[in-house]
Amino acid sequence: MILKEQLISVIYQAIDEVNAVLPPDQQLEKSIHTVLFGESGKLDSLGLVNMIVTTEQKIEENFGIAITLADEKAMSQRNSPFRTVESLAEYIPQLITERQHA
Amino acid sequence: MPEQVMLITGSGKGIGKYLAEYYSAKGYRVIGCSRSEVDFKLDNYRHFCLDVSDEKKVKEMFAEINRSFGRLDILVNNAGIASMNHVLLTPLETVHKILNTNVVGTFLFCREAAKLMRKNKSGRIVNFATVATPLKLEGEAIYASSKAAVVSLTEVLARELAQFGITVNAVGPTPVKTDLIRSVPPQKIEDLIRRQAIPRLGEFRDISNVIDFFIRPESDFVTGAVIYLGGV
Ligand SMILES: NC(=O)c1ccc[n+]([C@@H]2O[C@H](COP(=O)([O-])OP(=O)(O)OC[C@H]3O[C@@H](n4cnc5c(N)ncnc54)[C@H](OP(=O)(O)O)[C@@H]3O)[C@@H](O)[C@H]2O)c1
Repeated sequence: MILKEQLISVIYQAIDEVNAVLPPDQQLEKSIHTVLFGESGKLDSLGLVNMIVTTEQKIEENFGIAITLADEKAMSQRNSPFRTVESLAEYIPQLITERQHA
Repeated sequence: MPEQVMLITGSGKGIGKYLAEYYSAKGYRVIGCSRSEVDFKLDNYRHFCLDVSDEKKVKEMFAEINRSFGRLDILVNNAGIASMNHVLLTPLETVHKILNTNVVGTFLFCREAAKLMRKNKSGRIVNFATVATPLKLEGEAIYASSKAAVVSLTEVLARELAQFGITVNAVGPTPVKTDLIRSVPPQKIEDLIRRQAIPRLGEFRDISNVIDFFIRPESDFVTGAVIYLGGV
């Protein structure tokens, strides 16, 4: 069982990596409330792609689990799981569980 | 320059096997895959048994590539299947199989490869088209359409992946003697070859020559291109 705190710290690793290539005015803060996607977010569409893919790779590196974050469910949900760091951290366990039962 | 890591799909036999031999002899670290085990051994070569349209298996393989090599420089999407059949006699099952391998497989590998290549801000993807598409070959409706989809994928991904320094191109071979065309009647092949500007069977080296061009460092401004062989 992977804890939400562990996932948040993995997302923070991804933020560090993404920040390294973002201009100073677009830097993401390491907070659970940081908006990743949506009107008040700082990331442009490419930035979001980078953030999602980097998070996916960090999950794989840290837990040895290969998942696809941008699955159909995530892309079609009205409340996007990519909205904030916290919503993303809450979404990932669902994906891992589904994968184990697949 | 660090060792270049190249992934070739469908490397069990035919063109893919030749490419694995050719590039491993050239010093590339080659990773190959096919559904069945391989009966050959090569230096610098590692084989994975999987179906290219099986997302879970494919993702696990890419995770393993990342763990072992930490990079991927070149992807050659060679795995492909065909079926000669009049449209009125084509079972739906065949349609699904061809689309799954040729289109879904190519898509999945492009997506996962780009995630890895992105890290180095460079990469080369070479997809496989066929002259059956521009020649509008009768009896190959689904095969030709599946490869038309590969051409579109190549053209659009060339644009989407350019920002990561990844080029996406395709080679479109003419008939080459492999199991893929074993069941095509000789007369059909003859007729087809006569429609080429240069009427001869394709050789493996014709294909590696085009791939060599796409993957060389100087070709970093060549993307979204489809090169059909034989002057089709
Ligand atoms: N030969 C020609 O005349 C010709 C002309 C134009 C284009 N092409 C293209 O060239 C490429 C290679 O063709 P080829 O002639 O070398 O064919 P081939 O001799 O039949 O070899 C195909 C290879 O792909 C593998 N493969 C097929 N389906 C797969 C799947 N779902 N998942 C993983 N591996 C799979 C096969 O291994 P398993 O069966 O063990 O999986 C085999 O190793 C294809 O894309 C084809 O469309 C060939």
